[in-house]
Amino acid sequence: MKQEIVTIHSFEHLTPEILELTFVSDYLSSKAKPGQFINIRVDSNYPLLRRPFSIFNVEENKISIVFNVIGTGTKLLARKKIGDTIDVVGPCGNDFLAFVDGSFDTAIFVAGGIGVAPFTFFTKKLPAEKQLVTYLGGRHSDLIVEKGLRNIKVATDDGSRGFHGTVLDLIKSDLSKNKYGTMRFFLCGPTRMMKAVADFAKENGVSCYASLECDMACGIGLCQGCNIEMTGGEKKYKLVCKEGTIFETQSVKI
Amino acid sequence: MIQESFKLGTVEFKNRILVASGTFGYGDEVPDLVDIAKLGGIMTKSLSMKPRDGNPNPRIAETASGMLNSIGLANIGVHKFIAEKLPVLRRHDTRIIANIAASSVEEYCNVLELLDAQEGVHGFEINVSCPNVKEGGLSFGTDVKLVSLITKELRRRTTKPLIIKLTPNVTHISEFARACESEGADAVSVINTVIGMAVNINKRMPKIATTTGGLSGPAIKPIALAKVYETVNAVKIPVIGVGGIVSWEDAVEFFIVGASMVQIGTANFINPSTGVSVAEGVKHYCEQQGCNDIGQLVKSLQTNKTISVVDSWL
Repeated sequence: MKQEIVTIHSFEHLTPEILELTFVSDYLSSKAKPGQFINIRVDSNYPLLRRPFSIFNVEENKISIVFNVIGTGTKLLARKKIGDTIDVVGPCGNDFLAFVDGSFDTAIFVAGGIGVAPFTFFTKKLPAEKQLVTYLGGRHSDLIVEKGLRNIKVATDDGSRGFHGTVLDLIKSDLSKNKYGTMRFFLCGPTRMMKAVADFAKENGVSCYASLECDMACGIGLCQGCNIEMTGGEKKYKLVCKEGTIFETQSVKI
Repeated sequence: MIQESFKLGTVEFKNRILVASGTFGYGDEVPDLVDIAKLGGIMTKSLSMKPRDGNPNPRIAETASGMLNSIGLANIGVHKFIAEKLPVLRRHDTRIIANIAASSVEEYCNVLELLDAQEGVHGFEINVSCPNVKEGGLSFGTDVKLVSLITKELRRRTTKPLIIKLTPNVTHISEFARACESEGADAVSVINTVIGMAVNINKRMPKIATTTGGLSGPAIKPIALAKVYETVNAVKIPVIGVGGIVSWEDAVEFFIVGASMVQIGTANFINPSTGVSVAEGVKHYCEQQGCNDIGQLVKSLQTNKTISVVDSWL
């Protein structure tokens, strides 16, 4: 893990609402694994704390994140220009590949809205022998990002694209028609969506891992601010930033 | 050559810049990010006799130029600290000050005695002032008799530097500093976090699980400076300034007001190496000012005004 000042290489609108910000870093692009995040200081002292972003993609010495403008941090980030510098710490957290083993045939990616962020890089790094199905959910079509994903099935709440309904309804409908062998779910998105899909996975005896989100002050385990309650085991809480962000969903109280 | 070192009690610190308890873990989270040997010392995460889980989530909320926290002294307990963390910590070329938090006078004494016997523990900072944990109806930090008693009992048990960390959530912090001084403390740390609150207006709920928590960061620096000012005019023992320092300029303000040492807290969450850059910046400032000892800055505040806060108390 390092702290670096990096230079912005490009901005791209992936949808009218979602931006991809690409910057150059030899270190991060060589170290980063899918599911890890970087912690960005968007401006000098306001907002005070860094903002965590999943690593969206890595190409050669370039690394990117995606975001939509929802608060002070993302508003300031969206105003940056090509050539501007940003201060990043990373790569932080555990990674999805640690949970890829021989015990399943098909990886089921389930992304809600901007929760698509880690799956593009994960798609790239998923071992070739694994089959893959990607379910994307969003409130409307402008929140659906497909870049770099494979075997995509889309659900929108307003029906503006793909299946009209929740991503869980789409999964249920699809799995009633198609068989994918032994599956493992990987989730990232709004808490309510992840909880619903994790419950469905549990009911159906499918293993399930989720990348959780939590307000963080430091992102590296110093502040102990981002605790998640465990359902059992030795510790009552774990830290989302350091012991996650990816957890087996039955081990945590989402 | 600028004299950067400072002697507190029997222990020499290479410089006057420390990292605050609870903002630097046990020193093992940041080896790649910080040159720890350039820090004067590390105040460890608060240690209690038994491990503590800490408070439920959410524990933190960002506020204007600051953050609220309610971690609840989550820690691994003193035994695990000695077995697992101290062997790594003591390899660093810096001073290790064990911060102790407890829910009884007896627990403070027992934890201190365990740590006092350890090589590599150079001193103690006593947290009598965590705003987020209250047990048995006791709130040590706001009861001057209890602060006196704790100081007295701990002083009997160690010859290493004994520092009491005081809360600003009292009417006159100088009263507490005097009690610590008269019971033999080597220094006081001023201040711990300020009680604060933030509300999520969509849910009409507090932003942190414990409703109120401790406010830290640049937002509290003016409060911390005023409390240091009050304290240095009331006691002769060194005062360690802490609260909202993010830059060397901030640290210099504390020295001018009268702090003998300073601690970097919340800034570590944003830049874990803040302490190193503050130490360099302070040294450079001294050179420019023609000082040959950082001690020459301490209590160098130029004022001919009456000292209102302290006057009203004295």
